[in-house]
Amino acid sequence: MHFRMPWLFTSAGTRSIETRAIRPVENPRDGAHDMRFILPRMKHFLAILLLASTANLHSAPTDALNTLAAVGREGAGNEAAGAAWKAVVQAGPSGLPALLAETGKGSAVADNWLRLAGDVIVANALRAKQPLPLAEVEAFIADTSHTAPARRLAFDLLQQADRARADALQPSLIQDPVQELRRGAVQRIIDAAKTQTADGAKGDYLRALDAVRDEDQTKLVTAELRKLGVPVDLPRHFGFLTKWNVIGPFDNTERKGFDTVYPPEKEIRLDAAYDGKGAQVKWTPFESSDEYGKLDFNKPFGMQKEATAYAVTTFDSPVERDAELRLGGKNAWKVWLNGAFLFGRDEYHRGQQMDQYKLKCHLKKGANTILVKCCQNEQKENWTVEWEFQLRMCDGAGTAILSANAGTK
Amino acid sequence: MSHFRPLSTLALTLGMLTLPSFVSLAGDWPQFRGPDSTGTAADAKIPDQPKIDWSAPLPGRGLSSPIVVAGKVFVTCASGPKQERLHLLCFNAADGARIWERELQATGRTMTQGKNSVAACTPCSDGRRVFAIWSSNDMASFDLDGNLLWVRGLTVDYPNASNSLGMASSPIVIGETVVTMIENDSESYSLGLDANTGRNMWKLERPKAANWTSPVPWRADAKSPPVALLQSTKGLLAVDATSGSRLWEFAQGASTMSSSVVASGIIYTPASGVVALSPNANNAPPAELWHSKQINPNTISPLVLDGRLFSINGAGVITAADTKTGSAQWKLRVAGPFSGSPVGAGSRLLVVNEKGLAQVVDITAPSGAVLGKLQLPLNQETKELVLCTPALEGSHIYVRSDSALWRLGD
Repeated sequence: MHFRMPWLFTSAGTRSIETRAIRPVENPRDGAHDMRFILPRMKHFLAILLLASTANLHSAPTDALNTLAAVGREGAGNEAAGAAWKAVVQAGPSGLPALLAETGKGSAVADNWLRLAGDVIVANALRAKQPLPLAEVEAFIADTSHTAPARRLAFDLLQQADRARADALQPSLIQDPVQELRRGAVQRIIDAAKTQTADGAKGDYLRALDAVRDEDQTKLVTAELRKLGVPVDLPRHFGFLTKWNVIGPFDNTERKGFDTVYPPEKEIRLDAAYDGKGAQVKWTPFESSDEYGKLDFNKPFGMQKEATAYAVTTFDSPVERDAELRLGGKNAWKVWLNGAFLFGRDEYHRGQQMDQYKLKCHLKKGANTILVKCCQNEQKENWTVEWEFQLRMCDGAGTAILSANAGTK
Repeated sequence: MSHFRPLSTLALTLGMLTLPSFVSLAGDWPQFRGPDSTGTAADAKIPDQPKIDWSAPLPGRGLSSPIVVAGKVFVTCASGPKQERLHLLCFNAADGARIWERELQATGRTMTQGKNSVAACTPCSDGRRVFAIWSSNDMASFDLDGNLLWVRGLTVDYPNASNSLGMASSPIVIGETVVTMIENDSESYSLGLDANTGRNMWKLERPKAANWTSPVPWRADAKSPPVALLQSTKGLLAVDATSGSRLWEFAQGASTMSSSVVASGIIYTPASGVVALSPNANNAPPAELWHSKQINPNTISPLVLDGRLFSINGAGVITAADTKTGSAQWKLRVAGPFSGSPVGAGSRLLVVNEKGLAQVVDITAPSGAVLGKLQLPLNQETKELVLCTPALEGSHIYVRSDSALWRLGD
């Protein structure tokens, strides 16, 4: 493999939390910016005030919902949203379908404005013994073309309004494209399996394995299946990338390596040699045998401190598509996809978790290059030995996306 | 800053039109460690032999403290497989009846160390509104009736602002500014938010280091407006709450876990022991009155009561020190371990250990004395702990675990 990446540090154009870190933070004192945003919305704001005072209890306040969905960064639009929220709540249960339809169209923060309105509408209706449009809410959940946040909210509101009805719906969500909605259905199968004979349990656990996406449930299902003699390929189930080429160590004295641009950030040439920390370094193949895909740099490079290393792999996507690159690690790290910087984080030894960081990305058809930089710092405590990361490719539900060239580097 | 004024004024006017005109009542416990973050309440009384008045179930985990405002108790929780569901609950202080509950979805990271929780930060109130924040850096303001006033997602705004061990700093409100510290190893800052809208009044870059301390208000004198003290590994910074401008700084380093306490204008800051600081009138660095290593607050915040500084170390030893010299006067071992800080009123100190044992200490006894104890009925199956700092109101104590909120009384 030999190619160059001249477009480093360009945005991949995604909207995940992590990706936005590479953009400059807007100056909160930039009054011109604030007023440019706010003044055009004053018209909406006044309209909403009027609406709030004369709320038509039988119609959805569209302007108010739009105002909530439009809440932007750093609280932009909060002034108008406060009044809009009251208008939406006052509109009552008949506004719920429109509220759900608006959810997921703006930011995650805007969704909280909408969620809290839906929450209060349902609570008020239950207290007043008002009917709720639960059939419409159920139909909304069933329609997977709606956004994930909206369908999650719809299910939560259904649970709040009528627990039995939500429970009855839950098994149908076993293959839902929303990870959180699957969980309850998977748990039902796990609970049922516990009451079965070995043969029955095996069937149930296999069904659960097919649907399960959360780490804790997957661990439980895997343990039970292995007790029953059924092998489970966890790296494949989760989509961990285990075959890499690695290079290092480069210097990370005083943690400066995180921002230092070493040659792998300028070019990927697997036959190249560079000046590393105290010696020449070269790319070497390295395969992780860890079930959770952890690539431990201490293995190829020895127990290093104040060191930086890189790992690169090729992910062959059969089609062009959106995906999530999910990473866990307790060292400082940066990730590039096809030369575009996705996200980086300079935190050391505060903890590691699978799917700790979810980076929305776009895969092109064919070969996609994933480059990871991983920095070890100077700390000497026994809980600072780890110099590793784990990375997987999946969709928004956490379902593994497997490389067409799985097994190649 | 002028661009905020028309909207802030409008929002304030609206607030006056639409909100009940509550005022902060004497006896309220409106934030982490109570009035002025002192851990004490002048008008409270700690019962010598506390008993459980009532308990109320909680829907999720948490180590944030309850706060008490206008006869209502507010407490935060986090639930769900990743603690991604964020709850704020309001209870009637008189009988523990749940008045309302609101639930948000975390927009920031919810990973914490196992013992920690996403509901680690104590909410604060100005008597009219409650300002709640969670470890995911989601923040929301409600009126006392549960009407949403504003929401922020501070990790959405500043995506590298998080701590994989969990954030735990509790905000304070000074005038119309909510001061919150979002300090961590990466994108580290403190914010002054407009209490009416949640929008930034100021944003201050802060040392890149994990920091679990909370801001503390300090007044030069009774007539001066309080300023916000921001503690970090670098020391202690005083900032104007309205503008965020830096006023003075103690730059000799400080704890990132236990917070400062102010009494009679003197600041007692945990810093490899405790350092007593006397700020100057001209915004020059404060005078260091003494630095005592006999007092070791560890992760627990000290308090001043009856002219003495009290702290608990990791082994559960309470040290009473002279506030004028920092010299230890007596030490008393109580049953630990502790995560929550002590609170005090009159001549009584109250400590609640992780195992849910509330212990009332008479500080007038020659070497202190435990007067009364109460074991809270914790859920043994889940091995739950009590990690919060208690709240005081009147002759009542409020404590929470992962599953319950209790009021203790005579």
